[in-house]
Amino acid sequence: MDKDFHIFPDQASTLAGKVDLLYYVLTGLSIFFALLVFFLIYIFAVRYRRRSEEEVPRQIPGLLQLELAWSIIPFGLSLVVFVWGAKLYFETYTPPEDALEIYVVGKQWMWHIQHPSGQREINELHVPTGRPVKLIMASEDVIHSFYVPAFRVKKDVVPGRYATLWFEATKPGVYHLFCAEYCGTKHSQMTGSVVVMEPPQYQRWLSGGEIGETPVAAGEKKFQQLGCITCHGDKSGSRGPALKGVFGAPVQLQNGEVITANEDYIRESILNPHRKITAGYTPIMPTYQGQINEAALLQLTAYIKSLGTTPK
Amino acid sequence: MATAVFTPKPHQLADEEEPRPRKNYLNVAFTAKSWLLTVDHKRIAILYLIAVTLFFFLGGFFAVLIRLELLTPAGDLMQSETYNKMFTMHGVMMVFFFLIPAIPAILGNFLIPIMIGARDLAFPRLNLMSWYVYMIGGLFTFAATLLGGVDTGWTFYTPYSSTYSNTNVVLTAIGVFVTGFSSILTGLNFIVTIHKMRAPGLTWFRLPLFVWAHYATSLIQILGTPVVTAAIFLVALERIFHIGIFDPALGGDPILFQHLFWFYSHPAVYIMVLPAMGVISELITCFSKKKVFGYHFIAFSSVAIAVLGFLVWGHHMFTSGQSIYAGMVFSILSFLVAIPSAIKVFNWTATLYKGSVSYQAPMLYAIGFLGLFTIGGLTGLFLATLAVDVHVHDTYFVVAHFHYIMVGGTIMAYLGGIHFWWPKMTGRLYPEGWARFASLVVFVGFNLTFFPQFLVGYLGMPRRYHFYPDEFQVLNVMSTAGASILGVGYLIPLIYLLWSLRYGPPASANPWNATGLEWKIPSPPPTENFAKTPIVTEEAYEYTPVRSAPKILTS
Repeated sequence: MDKDFHIFPDQASTLAGKVDLLYYVLTGLSIFFALLVFFLIYIFAVRYRRRSEEEVPRQIPGLLQLELAWSIIPFGLSLVVFVWGAKLYFETYTPPEDALEIYVVGKQWMWHIQHPSGQREINELHVPTGRPVKLIMASEDVIHSFYVPAFRVKKDVVPGRYATLWFEATKPGVYHLFCAEYCGTKHSQMTGSVVVMEPPQYQRWLSGGEIGETPVAAGEKKFQQLGCITCHGDKSGSRGPALKGVFGAPVQLQNGEVITANEDYIRESILNPHRKITAGYTPIMPTYQGQINEAALLQLTAYIKSLGTTPK
Repeated sequence: MATAVFTPKPHQLADEEEPRPRKNYLNVAFTAKSWLLTVDHKRIAILYLIAVTLFFFLGGFFAVLIRLELLTPAGDLMQSETYNKMFTMHGVMMVFFFLIPAIPAILGNFLIPIMIGARDLAFPRLNLMSWYVYMIGGLFTFAATLLGGVDTGWTFYTPYSSTYSNTNVVLTAIGVFVTGFSSILTGLNFIVTIHKMRAPGLTWFRLPLFVWAHYATSLIQILGTPVVTAAIFLVALERIFHIGIFDPALGGDPILFQHLFWFYSHPAVYIMVLPAMGVISELITCFSKKKVFGYHFIAFSSVAIAVLGFLVWGHHMFTSGQSIYAGMVFSILSFLVAIPSAIKVFNWTATLYKGSVSYQAPMLYAIGFLGLFTIGGLTGLFLATLAVDVHVHDTYFVVAHFHYIMVGGTIMAYLGGIHFWWPKMTGRLYPEGWARFASLVVFVGFNLTFFPQFLVGYLGMPRRYHFYPDEFQVLNVMSTAGASILGVGYLIPLIYLLWSLRYGPPASANPWNATGLEWKIPSPPPTENFAKTPIVTEEAYEYTPVRSAPKILTS
């Protein structure tokens, strides 16, 4: 059995303290109302205990003022908690612009991690303190959920779309990484650790060990291998739209709709090219569904992103 | 023990007691056929009681194995695959075959016609059919268990359930699908009965709150159950015919399943807890001899819960990637649905004020319910709070919360109700001393089992984990210790209630001096309930000082 028994988890992200504060306030309010009810029940049950079978108490049908009070006061308090929780939720799920982007692929039953600088890890994620980190996550199979209790963040990784999650670590250490959404036999072993390091140590970690291809370089290679370049290269002309500067820019679709080219749009256009056709082009692109896995898709996305991001 | 049996003074009953008839619904016939083809709502209630009890102990058996496995961090008692089947079967059995039918199909079936002065439900044969449908669904699910079980979790999340699981998903899905119809038909029967068969003088606002609660429950059963039934059917279709509905590899959307599933399964929580609230209203008034405080507020809060309950399903999906604005809407609606529940708790508490409170076993269960339901409800607010839910979603915090509502709420009320109406249903008194003792064992065991789970959940222990990190062990050991106490607490009533069938002292028509039409007829009631249709001239819970006034006129 573990010696250091805790009641509260480590606080290791900028968010952790804020969530805990809200949790403490909720706990305080709950204890107050629970004790109020328990105390009243106790007092009434003892004070008005039945003393003889004959007694018949005076009947009280109800009191409107009291009903209104115990409807409106809890409602008012819950509105305050709602607004507070909603603001923090917005913050939890809105990554800052300048975050370090790391790619994560979940599959039964492990987490694959790809750093922009080329490092790859399995069930381990190294991050620096003091810098926002944004995870762009995909699943190869079923729904998983990326959960780091010490950061108070969690996001389901649903197959068929990208999920994003961000945090800024504050305290060096090794923290649990759990899969929180039941995903099959070894769900409880789809765990790992997040290693938080001070920036100098993190730099040392980045430069040590085996460094693979960066996602952008790997994506560029795939772009050529799969023949994407024939239609989507710079000089390709009319067959398909050139991809330089597309990411983050508005795209005019054939049906008149204008959308922003984000990660999900690129992913969808590779797997399901006929769903959203850019205006002026014919739907001739074949689907790449089944020929390309999530890790490769993320690399292609990274490459296309690197071709130029339009400033907002 | 004999001294502990609650025996009211005879003169109090003198003005109401009818001579005990020779024939009642139990001894009118003894053949198997007379039970299996009965259309008497009381006998059907007994059929449900037997079946539901079997499922409860089967589901409980899985819970025991789960808690034993979690005694140590390593998964050393069984394999992960087996463990996953254990919590799935526990959830499926308890939710679909115990919690949903328990109070409505047993107590509701037995009491609603009597409480409204009718001879039976509106559709007695449909009622019998509902039981058979329930049993067929149960047999499918039981067969799925015997053939190796199912491992998707009771939530059947796609695409795991529709594509990846190698277990008996289809068989279990058929079981749940079929049982859904039992619930729909029972709801329909109750609604028609309550609308059309109330005795003369029994206006809507003279109805016992038990009936109001079941009316609200029935609305959910009729409007919600078809959706989950369809969703589970679609899972089976996708599994068998590979039609792309939920699996993105086939062009489907896994989140769509979650929407359909929770559109029913959140209201289903109210199917479980609204009837429990109905029971509590009856118990609190009887054992404090008081008219319920704020009758209209309790009655309408049941309906408010049923309606608002349909609009909060998205709070199960705050981390799923649904729009954060949708999350906000579901969050505020979830806070709203908590208000009617709070109103009920306050009103029940106020009912005790200046009452004449006695502590028979049903009342102990009712007080236990108030405590546990309050904790369950308040921790529900944590889950409605978006940012906090992101952290505790899919952890033991959620497990603790819904067990406080379903086990601490529904089962406490169910046991309270079973004890309260046991003399009416069986004609026998149960041993009061044992019953009080058991209610305390359940209360202590329950809290020791589930309170530590709030703590381990906030620490971050995910649910459905076979292996877990060492630092969570202390709390898990406490939880397992509590579960063993809780298990004993459930076995004691099983033993003494069975014992009382043969050895319990005969019950009078109204052993609790309660109001309500069910206490005006003999225990156990005759098949036709009322010799003459009663005429109701007073409000519910009329514990008036003038006891000489005639309560019921018979025409």
